[in-house]
Amino acid sequence: MSALWSLLRRDLLLALRRPSEVLTVVFFFVVVAALFPLAVGPERATLRMLAPGVLWVGALLASLLALNRLFEADHHDGTLEQMLLSGTPLTLLVVAKIAAHWVLCGLPLVLLAPLLGVLFDLSGDALGVLALSLLIGTPVLSCIGAIGAALTLGLRGGGVLLALLVLPLFVPVLVFGAGAVEALAAGLGSGAHLSILMALLLLSGLFSPWACAQALRIALE
Amino acid sequence: MRRIAWTHYAAPQTFYGLAGVCWKPLALLALALALAGMWVGFMVAPADAQQGEGYRIIFVHVPVSWMSMIIYLAMAFWGVVCLVFRARMAGMLSQALAPTGALFAFLSLWTGALWGKPMWGAWWVWDARLTSELILFFLYIGFIALTSAIQDPRRADRAGALVAIVGAVNVPIIYFSVKWWNTLHQGASVSLTRSPSMAQTMLWGMLLMALACWVYTVAIVLYRTRSLILQRERHADWVAQLPELNPGLRP
Amino acid sequence: MRWESWSAFWHMGGYAVYVWGSVGVSFALLGLEAWWARRERERTLAWLRAEQAAHAHDSLGGQP
Repeated sequence: MSALWSLLRRDLLLALRRPSEVLTVVFFFVVVAALFPLAVGPERATLRMLAPGVLWVGALLASLLALNRLFEADHHDGTLEQMLLSGTPLTLLVVAKIAAHWVLCGLPLVLLAPLLGVLFDLSGDALGVLALSLLIGTPVLSCIGAIGAALTLGLRGGGVLLALLVLPLFVPVLVFGAGAVEALAAGLGSGAHLSILMALLLLSGLFSPWACAQALRIALE
Repeated sequence: MRRIAWTHYAAPQTFYGLAGVCWKPLALLALALALAGMWVGFMVAPADAQQGEGYRIIFVHVPVSWMSMIIYLAMAFWGVVCLVFRARMAGMLSQALAPTGALFAFLSLWTGALWGKPMWGAWWVWDARLTSELILFFLYIGFIALTSAIQDPRRADRAGALVAIVGAVNVPIIYFSVKWWNTLHQGASVSLTRSPSMAQTMLWGMLLMALACWVYTVAIVLYRTRSLILQRERHADWVAQLPELNPGLRP
Repeated sequence: MRWESWSAFWHMGGYAVYVWGSVGVSFALLGLEAWWARRERERTLAWLRAEQAAHAHDSLGGQP
């Protein structure tokens, strides 16, 4: 357990010293949210309708940006091999990496989304559900994305390959995440969607670290 | 009862021989089944009450859709065998299956579009099945892209195996989520499946075409695996002594 | 037999483009796949023969 915490702290500290990665993610999210109204026109009803989808897709693509480098730096300086050889179970270490990724790339999106939602004239309730759906959904994206990042470790064209591998698997999260906000707008209540998102979180939280550890072994052996 | 030595054919050399013997009769069988299926579908089955002659696309659309899904399951199965038993042949079979599966997925989308246009007026409708098929197509492309990008064959096999397994596990989740998404947004479902009261001949036509696709898949995968074996095992003695490479030799 | 004439068959009740577009492209692409697999095999064999010839040359008839 202490290995988990120390790895998590280390990743967070490293990111604080090189904040470019976090800033890239945040910047991309903001840019997407800002560009869409310019593209579709300022009509408030249209924006309100499009907002859940636009913001969710923006968050999804922003998460994807940072996934590439999840294992890259450690792979380059040999830390990853050390992790493989150490006594600590690799699955545990992977949990730490995924948690760090979420804190650095997912959490900012969750915090920013309500602000950006205001640009789209979303109601207070909708902003709340949006933030909640992202809170539950972005860790799932980190979990699933980590498997892709491990599989594409060190490959040329890794970024595009990672996106190709991982985007089909993101679809359920996107559907239920954006759907939660849309269901609220339609008067149906977001409970069902959010429950399913929770289920996806539990499933991916349980299985992804193990699958990711296997993928790392495959990539490094 | 004699135990069948399945593991005997797990060696590339023996598999090469088996595949070499099997693929041609299977290919001919596939052709025969396809001709029979086309005959039943286009000559025997009646026109549809609502869709006229245009419905006959299902004799291609439904079999290729089924095959695209079955092949992905087969890839996942061989993926499990590859990872659990570390069998080289399993990895090769998975990779040999992928192009055919991707092709069937593409044909499913193509024929689906050509069916949708006259029937529902649009080249593409976001109904649950077509959308899931599109995602399946991307899963195939991802598999092929990943295994092509990795130089080391063993790593490629195992990475592909993991992708196939993760994908297969996710396909029901993806399908469920797309179905949910579709019914919420559309209300009345636009379905490309036939109603239960289908004429017997139509079912027979689809069944024959589906069998034809399946037998064709086995034939072409066996054939393609032979090339893969030759590439992977090129340093082995048995490869050097193959009749294909020693035209002068008499057995 | 369902069709009065061959031209009626090809016409497919007005759906000719869609039906034959589907059937035609399917058979064409599957045939292309088979041709491609065959080409792959021939290229592999040719490459192996070239490698064999190179090795025979190198080892001068000795053990490879």
